[in-house]
Amino acid sequence: MADPVKLTIDGREIHAAPGTLVIDAAKQNGIEVPAFCYYEGLTLQAACRMCLVEIEKTPKLQTACTVPVAEGMVVRTETPQVATARKYMLEFLLTNHPLDCPVCDKGGECELQDMTFRYGVGESRFTEEKVHTPEKQFSPVVFFDAPRCILCYRCVRVCDEGLGVKALGVINRGVVSEIAPNHGDHLECDECGACIDICPVGALTSGAYRYQTRPWEMTHVGTICTHCADGCKTTLGTRNDRILRGNNRDRSGVNGEFLCIKGRYGFDFYDHPERLQAPLLRVNGKLEEVSWAQALNAVAQKFNQTLADGGTFGVIGSNHTSNEENFYLQKFAREVLRTNHIDHHRTGDVVTLLDALSGKEGKLATVADLYERKAFLVLGADLALEHPLLSYQIRANYRHHQAHIYVVTPGAVREDHYSTVSLRGRDYASLRDKLKAESELVVLFDDSYKGDDVRKLVEFGESLGIPVKYIALVDYSNSRGAVDMGVAPELLPGYKPSGQPGMHYGEMRDANLGALWVVGANPLKNGAQRKAGFLVVQDMFLTETAQQADVVLPAASAYEKNGTVTNATGEVQRLKRGINTMGAKPDLEIMGFIAREMGAAAALGPWTPDAVFEQIRKNVRGYQVPLPVLMTGGAAQTMPVNGRIPVESRPDLVHSDHNGLFASGTLGRYSKVLNSVMESRLRR
Amino acid sequence: MTLSPQLEAKFNKLLESYPPGRQRSAMIPMLLYGQDEIGSVTDDLIEEVAGRIGVTALQVNEVLSYYSMLHRKPMGKYHIQVCTNISCLLHDGDKLYEHACKKLGIGHKEATADGQFSLEEVECMGACSWAPAIQVNYDFHHFVTPEQLDRLLDGLKKNAV
Amino acid sequence: MLYNEPSPLETRVLSRRFGKPNSASIDTYLADDGYKAFLKASKMKPEEIIEEVKASNLRGRGGAGFPTGMKWSFVPRNSPKPKYIVVNADESEPGTCKDRLLMEYDPHQLIEGILIAGLSVDAHAGYIYVRGEYRYLIEILDKALAEAYQKGWLGKNIQGTGFDFELYTHTGAGAYECGEESALLESLEGKRGVPRIRPPFPAVVGAFQCPTILNNVETYCAVPAIIRDGGKAFADLGVPKAGGTKLTCLTGHINKPGVYELPLGFPVLKLIEEVGGGIRNGKKLKAFIPGGSSCPILTAAECEGATMDYDSMASRKSMLGSGGVVVMDEDTCMVKAALRIMRFYAHESCGWCIPCREGTAWLRKLLTRFHQGMGTRTDIDLIGDVSRNMLGRTFCPLGDAAALPTISIVEKFRQEFEDHLDGKPCPFEHARHMVTV
Repeated sequence: MADPVKLTIDGREIHAAPGTLVIDAAKQNGIEVPAFCYYEGLTLQAACRMCLVEIEKTPKLQTACTVPVAEGMVVRTETPQVATARKYMLEFLLTNHPLDCPVCDKGGECELQDMTFRYGVGESRFTEEKVHTPEKQFSPVVFFDAPRCILCYRCVRVCDEGLGVKALGVINRGVVSEIAPNHGDHLECDECGACIDICPVGALTSGAYRYQTRPWEMTHVGTICTHCADGCKTTLGTRNDRILRGNNRDRSGVNGEFLCIKGRYGFDFYDHPERLQAPLLRVNGKLEEVSWAQALNAVAQKFNQTLADGGTFGVIGSNHTSNEENFYLQKFAREVLRTNHIDHHRTGDVVTLLDALSGKEGKLATVADLYERKAFLVLGADLALEHPLLSYQIRANYRHHQAHIYVVTPGAVREDHYSTVSLRGRDYASLRDKLKAESELVVLFDDSYKGDDVRKLVEFGESLGIPVKYIALVDYSNSRGAVDMGVAPELLPGYKPSGQPGMHYGEMRDANLGALWVVGANPLKNGAQRKAGFLVVQDMFLTETAQQADVVLPAASAYEKNGTVTNATGEVQRLKRGINTMGAKPDLEIMGFIAREMGAAAALGPWTPDAVFEQIRKNVRGYQVPLPVLMTGGAAQTMPVNGRIPVESRPDLVHSDHNGLFASGTLGRYSKVLNSVMESRLRR
Repeated sequence: MTLSPQLEAKFNKLLESYPPGRQRSAMIPMLLYGQDEIGSVTDDLIEEVAGRIGVTALQVNEVLSYYSMLHRKPMGKYHIQVCTNISCLLHDGDKLYEHACKKLGIGHKEATADGQFSLEEVECMGACSWAPAIQVNYDFHHFVTPEQLDRLLDGLKKNAV
Repeated sequence: MLYNEPSPLETRVLSRRFGKPNSASIDTYLADDGYKAFLKASKMKPEEIIEEVKASNLRGRGGAGFPTGMKWSFVPRNSPKPKYIVVNADESEPGTCKDRLLMEYDPHQLIEGILIAGLSVDAHAGYIYVRGEYRYLIEILDKALAEAYQKGWLGKNIQGTGFDFELYTHTGAGAYECGEESALLESLEGKRGVPRIRPPFPAVVGAFQCPTILNNVETYCAVPAIIRDGGKAFADLGVPKAGGTKLTCLTGHINKPGVYELPLGFPVLKLIEEVGGGIRNGKKLKAFIPGGSSCPILTAAECEGATMDYDSMASRKSMLGSGGVVVMDEDTCMVKAALRIMRFYAHESCGWCIPCREGTAWLRKLLTRFHQGMGTRTDIDLIGDVSRNMLGRTFCPLGDAAALPTISIVEKFRQEFEDHLDGKPCPFEHARHMVTV
């Protein structure tokens, strides 16, 4: 690394890496230079002129956001000249601003308010008529109030540079310039809401959140989005046990401030009118609401009776429930129900990948790797739609570090716009020479590569002679955790062979089992008829499977419980309860109660998330992750399994739902927002 | 959309005038020449230009709304542009503009009902030493008096009939 | 036909063919030693060409007055990227109408200047960015280009020199801001005319992200004479530090308005009285804008002893600017002049940066109200204050261009603002239609 540059800011000697902008050098040393348009990671604008500072030997004030540090440079950020410039810049900004702070969603967390408070002039000398244009609705989730806009162009840049969508632009010129959507009067985009979050003022507001609350009335809880497998931290703004907002402005997760529509708005299923509020028991052929005691009793009795009768149990676990729930469920199945008929819907061939990588170290990429490594090979997946965070990371990497991206997909994808090579089909092997010339590589592949394909892919990667890391793309928030926890007939937790593989997902669905216990899954969604003698379903909604159940136990959503989940890159993160729920209970608690009712609780141990996680840390290979990282809201990558996984590979069981941005399996049906945006009808 | 052979040729020539991969450069000329033929920048023209240079309609909109000579709504067959900037103002360019308003019965960026005339008060058009000046479409008229303007407009009206 | 009679006081170098029959045709140009400077330059080393331009003391004629030779020397000639020559023919500075004549009467002089610039930095393509309103000039230029191609003065291996050059015209579509060099380049690339962050300057990263020479029409037009007669000969026509002649557009209350080519350092009062034939209707001089509306205005008293060159104008805290001289007589309402100038800048502000976007709009409204007789005493200081708050803090020079004349008018003609408040009649009675958005 090059020698640091020595400069002076406000009389303090400061060292900064060459190329650092003055505004960043100041910030790194605790000196605030205010700015609206400057935004780390996005292109420079020098438009807001708030960051003007004095630089010795330069006659005019300079924008700290565009001037790189130089040896011996002397910068002053607090002189009367600078203070005056800031003061009157804010006066200019407020001339056409409506000052409707009392009814503005942004009030209380508005950068313009804060800057005016800190640097502004107390009164305005502007007595002319303000420019006014009516508020516009760009989409169900994006509203635009032009008079509040200060034209910092953050929204335009985050949409173009961050998301690669280019859905926002600037029209007109001069004082009537304004932000415009890509389809005349409306937006057709990812509907991710990044433009709203990044807006320093209340110009872009959220259709879901607007006029719901004052920001300071909310409690903020950082938890993990329950939709796709990317594992974004979403900070829920809650009030009175209602979730009002999702964002990640504190950049506390692996996703920084990135969220897609699901992470930002897709929490709303929790509040769906069809959400189950009480257990249901089939009485005279019809499901009727009963008390928890009645329902649990019915399940425990039937389970005990089936055990006594020597009946067969089947257990189907979930891609959305927590590691603790999955661990407890498989333990319950194997130790209490004495069955290896346990499975979940597998969405990517993690098992073959881990087996193929056996004995190798440092082979699993993290979300951070996607921003830092130098080259990427994307196989099969339309990342921008199916794994928006991973796509975002690679895009940012390309913009900031000129990463090389190789795309081999069946159809056109967003990555094509900045890829080094884009191929249609599967012939990644033809890229061998180009890939060999890279210094390192991360390979991402979806469910179209499974079984021997994965082994061949790993062989190919390992033959390139460069460090290669891999990501087996899976669908849901805990798809990876489900297989890690042994919710599979052939595998125990930590990829130990179960010895006696039981029935898999489809077999259980179609078998005449004594009892089938379905937790957070919808195996009968395609119109299949239940075959099991007794069907218990734990779910948030009366899904097709729940409709055929004997007992339906209303489950808490991910936002209503604690626990951990593991994302596609094998990073464990903590779910933190955002709100309490009436009627429904976390799946872990439901399972615990069933165990207790059956008299089997002692064998399974305590059913609190922390206690179960301790068991996981002790018993599941790869999960000896540092607790402080998790407890402070960080992500800890699980260690790879060292050793072969001697089980029969079942690539035929791997099948991704290929959810786009506006779908999320069965759960997605119950999100009003996901279904309200027009794009959800145009493409899934 | 179908372009006239002349406009098609013009567009093709424009697209060849810039370095490879820089066809976006042709956007503004294409919009202006397109407007000259069609009468305004229509949605069709935006789509056509966007398609030919490989940008989105929004990107075209961003650009066209910036330039004051590009109009989304049709102007008259004769677009009367009166300069009232400083050099023309000193020669009563503002009064000339007011005279034109009264004569045509329309205001800034408005067109007569028959679509023959439209009026625009414009910024400096580079005829300062021959003020006051007006442009009828692209034709300059210098040292224009209200009487001359009347004669000019009457003549154009006759032409139109 | 000429737009105005030449003055005997002119030194006609760039304009020497103005008014000749068929002056725009290549035959006329060739018959008058046309393209000989190019042939001479083609035998010179690139650095010799640049040295000659430096020796001429030629400074950019678009308004900023940056030394041309130095600008050319900044182009990294050895860069592997293609280089471009771009001509700023977006003549839009209020009061300025000279480039129009250079292109109308003598397009080949411009082409030759471009070719020599091309030789000096090893550029092989150029664009003439012509403001949209000058459509007839694009037609004239296109015709001239066709002639030059036909006669082998453009295209491949020009006149056997081995030098290739392709030249194109490019129309703007109405935006003063595109006269700013980096905004012009954005516009040339099919974008909004918003200036770029500088550095890098166009010499290094210009058109299509490649090294670019970008000058005003008049600047290029001076180059053939400089190469033909030598830089020193051109420099000797002007004053020290500013060589040659300047096309000066006399506008406003003057008896003989027109475009005149005068050596730099020409006395202002002589310009008004002798070249311009004095103030119209025997009135007295009240105010004088030396080079387009962006320049601080001079009072009649300040014109005493002033000369038309960079230093003299700088010493009076104004600028030589673009050559657009605006003469105002004693009856001129300076409030209205300030308003009209501000209306222009508010209309042309690209809106990119806060101080210019909001400041020009504020001042336009404020001055409109003031001129309508609805001002207050505190408004007078406010006009100056708001202008000063833009000054030096905007993204590009347009903010300064709006602020400087306004500050100068308020400072130098404060009494007229006071008079407006006191209900003294404004010499311009018609202010009504100025209330536009």
